[in-house]
Amino acid sequence: MSVTQTDFTRAVFDPGQAVPPGLTNPDGAAATKRFDVYRNNVAVSLTEALETAFPLLRKLVGSDNFRRLAGAYLRAHPPTSPLMMHYGQEMPQFLENFGPLRRLGYLPDVARLELALRGSYHAADATPLAPETLQDMPADRLMAARLRLAPAVRLVRSRWPIHGIWRFNMTDDAPKPESRGENVLITRPDFDPAPHLLPPGGGTFVAAVLQGESFGAAYEAAVAQVAEFDLPGLLSLLLGGGAIAGLDEGDQE
Amino acid sequence: MLDARTPRFDRLPDAPGVGYKLQHFAAIQADARPVEWLEIHAENYMGDGGRPLAQLRHLAERFPISVHGVGLSIGGEGRLDPDHLARLSHLVGWLHPASFSEHLAWSTHDSHFLNDLLPLPYTQATLARVCSHIDEVQDALGRRMLLENPSTYLAFVESEMSEVEFLGEIARRTGCGLLLDVNNVFVSATNQQTDPYSYIDAFPHAHVGEIHLGGHDEDADETGAPLLIDSHGREVVDPVWALYAHTIAVGGRKPTLIEWDTDVPDWPVLAAEAERAAAVLEPAG
Amino acid sequence: MNSTNKTLFATAIATAVMGLGVAGTAAAQEQVKCYGVSLAGENDCAAGPGTTCAGTSKVDYQGNSWTLVEEGTCETSSPVLAEGGEMMLPGDRMGSLEPLDRDLPS
Repeated sequence: MSVTQTDFTRAVFDPGQAVPPGLTNPDGAAATKRFDVYRNNVAVSLTEALETAFPLLRKLVGSDNFRRLAGAYLRAHPPTSPLMMHYGQEMPQFLENFGPLRRLGYLPDVARLELALRGSYHAADATPLAPETLQDMPADRLMAARLRLAPAVRLVRSRWPIHGIWRFNMTDDAPKPESRGENVLITRPDFDPAPHLLPPGGGTFVAAVLQGESFGAAYEAAVAQVAEFDLPGLLSLLLGGGAIAGLDEGDQE
Repeated sequence: MLDARTPRFDRLPDAPGVGYKLQHFAAIQADARPVEWLEIHAENYMGDGGRPLAQLRHLAERFPISVHGVGLSIGGEGRLDPDHLARLSHLVGWLHPASFSEHLAWSTHDSHFLNDLLPLPYTQATLARVCSHIDEVQDALGRRMLLENPSTYLAFVESEMSEVEFLGEIARRTGCGLLLDVNNVFVSATNQQTDPYSYIDAFPHAHVGEIHLGGHDEDADETGAPLLIDSHGREVVDPVWALYAHTIAVGGRKPTLIEWDTDVPDWPVLAAEAERAAAVLEPAG
Repeated sequence: MNSTNKTLFATAIATAVMGLGVAGTAAAQEQVKCYGVSLAGENDCAAGPGTTCAGTSKVDYQGNSWTLVEEGTCETSSPVLAEGGEMMLPGDRMGSLEPLDRDLPS
């Protein structure tokens, strides 16, 4: 009697399924609890991977609820790669459609923020641009150039106060979140990703830069949205966080 | 992406090593004794950059590194994941580790990764498939690999040979070496109600390139029979230390790893376990 | 770009670079230390905790049969609860959290 890996896999993920015949205890009896060891190894290891990936989400819904969420998620979206560092990419969309939690509208964006933090952590290294490079270049050339952001930079735009929610729960003595939308810029000066709240217009500016717009065009887009857009503040944030890896001049590509 | 390193260590020393954890970086830099080499899980160093790779580049200058894969699914019914094999080739290509090893197990099916080392029936069909996958890995990496005996919790009715016969035949056909996990021998023998000493005595020690030791948990099946779980979350138990001493007496000194993956303790606890392994290795020399 | 914006732009660059020493220090202090290790998300070859728990409980994993339970019975220190569309925060309570009622914040 041959046990296929298809049968094994199906029974591992569904505790309601019978153990495939052909698996036994030492006395020859059909295995039951011994098969449960594998069911638990798979479910618990994937649940723990999700707990590591989404510490804030877990804190917000509570650890018992998170385990139930994880149990549903890991069955709907088992990993498609052996790299556990990337597990959980479908969590935002899953939360959007997950009945018991759907009324907590901010959870998908919280999951996006946590995925972005982890993505930043594992992103390629880059040497930051020396700030003097910006200062030394004539304004006309600078405006036509494109800022090349470091691979570890991430932008998360939200209609919810995700930076406030993150800060209130993950740092000491932080103020309560305000009821507003927030854009978050993640920089990784060395090896630790840090989420920063972007000033008004900052989301538009960084999004334009990420889309390959020139420095000048990104600036104009931000000013068109928010007249008092604080470019010095934003540049300080980018330069201070090592977020600018280079300046590209000339034709795109 | 990353510059290839000049290989500094071409083999693991017959001395204690430990499974490397990011949080032990500073302690290891300060004083690693008696640990002489480190083992990493390949999949944790397949990101594009950041702290894990920065630490690894640093450590590899001072310590022989063993790359231990946990996700290749060598026992899988399907073909090996070409993307994963390419990532592994890249890692081994720049790091030039002293050793590369993987498991006699499967973990991927129909492109779904189950994140556990799942068991195989020991049949001629499985043997042919595992050998073909090992040939593919050794060709892709351009080096000999070690294959580790698993912890098992149940038996397959269809099995045609013992695990020792199965592993010996794989080594003979593919030329790969073996990684003998003495805790896994103890766990599996207890779970299968066989004699761990007979397993060690029958093992083809000439092929063994590395030994693993780790802690396990105790449970019981529905009949009350002992069921040990390979949890890697506590000290190595005394009966496993005794079986390890027997293994060294029979097979000679081998690079010996302390594995501790869950509830990872502070460095001194790991160093103390390594010290126990060093004490067993000394008289044999 | 009109000349007003161009002037503002050039001034902004100079201001940003000159002010960098101070801003850089502030940013460094803002970093959350020791956060990175827990971010890694690691593979290992350890087995789970035995024969009972998550993998074997026959709950409905379709997700519609359970509602959010308030925690606190198992873990008294459960830090943040979500309840009734409001976000309840430790030892405190804030009003209904509504999404920004227009497009993404700029």
